[in-house]
Amino acid sequence: MSVYEQLGGAAAIDAAVDIFYRKVLGDDQISRFFDGVDMEQQAAKQKAFLTMVTGGPNNYSGKDMRSAHARLVSQGLDDGHFDAVVGHLGGTLKELGVADELIAQVAAVAESVRDDILGRQKQAV
Amino acid sequence: MPSVSYRGERVELEAGESVLDALLRAGFEVPSSCRAGACQACVLRAENGEPGAEAQVGLRPAQRDLGCFMSCMARPSEDLEIAEAGLPSSKVRLLDVLGWGGEIFRIRLEVPLGFAYRGGQYVQLVRPGALIRAYSLASHPEDPWLELHVRNHPHGKMSGWLTSAEPGAELEVRGPAGDCYYQAEDPNQPLVLVGMGTGMSPIYAVLRDALRAAHRGTITVIQGARTTDELYLEAELEALGSARNVTLIRCALEGPPGDPRIGDAVERTLEACPSFKGCRVFLCGGAAQVNALKRQAFLRGARLQEISSDPFISGAVSA
Repeated sequence: MSVYEQLGGAAAIDAAVDIFYRKVLGDDQISRFFDGVDMEQQAAKQKAFLTMVTGGPNNYSGKDMRSAHARLVSQGLDDGHFDAVVGHLGGTLKELGVADELIAQVAAVAESVRDDILGRQKQAV
Repeated sequence: MPSVSYRGERVELEAGESVLDALLRAGFEVPSSCRAGACQACVLRAENGEPGAEAQVGLRPAQRDLGCFMSCMARPSEDLEIAEAGLPSSKVRLLDVLGWGGEIFRIRLEVPLGFAYRGGQYVQLVRPGALIRAYSLASHPEDPWLELHVRNHPHGKMSGWLTSAEPGAELEVRGPAGDCYYQAEDPNQPLVLVGMGTGMSPIYAVLRDALRAAHRGTITVIQGARTTDELYLEAELEALGSARNVTLIRCALEGPPGDPRIGDAVERTLEACPSFKGCRVFLCGGAAQVNALKRQAFLRGARLQEISSDPFISGAVSA
């Protein structure tokens, strides 16, 4: 069973988006990347992102992740920002009572798109 | 299997197929992204037939009322006639133009036949010459007119025309649209209503609607203007503001020295509301102020779904 299903599906993701987005937007390290974006569209994208990293139904590809973040990479998006977002993701799931081992699973999925989001070639592990 | 009609063509759905997949198979170009009912890129509108509740999860109530649905999630059990998620249109006449202090005008229009709306929603007005601008509706559906509040911009192509037009002039109205209206989900919920400039138009409509519905929670109303002359609707707001649960704050950036009303609407709002937790929030006015307040309201605890905002974006102005 996926983390998505264990959390309770789409309704739970809606609740998670609110918490996650507030954490991200309230973080001065990264909030500038959200200046001028439409908050509803951004929340819809975050819902899609949370759905993906928790293993819910999605059709996102590395290519989507790459093109969606290219503009931010040109504005200086880097590993530190990515780590901060993953930290907020973990914090959100913890607030929702998700067990640490499941949070680790989710973080691993997020980790798998790091190079796409930061516009790099996949690095050898 | 049911079929969908789109742009004059009928496409038979295959077993288990979504409306999006059927349209793509038939060669139509429909934008889409996540294909999982999240990103809303593939929204279309059902003119006839029921797209199914699953295809409307997460859409705004006003979008649902218009028949909008996500085509990637739609597996209808009946035939659908679908179109782009655009707006219905009708012709109306101008009834009345009234100057209201400063550059603010009250415009009243005929109500199109069968026009169902909520005060605070907006319409697109199309004037001769195919110029389009969006305006919020300050009127209530029981009023015998549609009322708009318009700032006459210098060189404004629509506002200049509207504020000098004669009664009887013909216009096209498209809509209604938008979710900036009183939704009466919880009569005890605190409401925060902020209208800046002619953003007061939808706020006035929401306030009237809330009080008509005997809303019991506190209602904080903030009106902001550029100058004290433009703090329009004074008598109407003071009358509504006398209700026990209403706090009315009116402020303007400029005015006679020492006038206690001088102040910034964004700052006054944040002073009046240190926390937005549990509040239903309506924000209307210039885009920069509305977006700044929206972010603050969200960071101070309002749920995103409980913030309705209408950022007004001025049309391109020719010098």
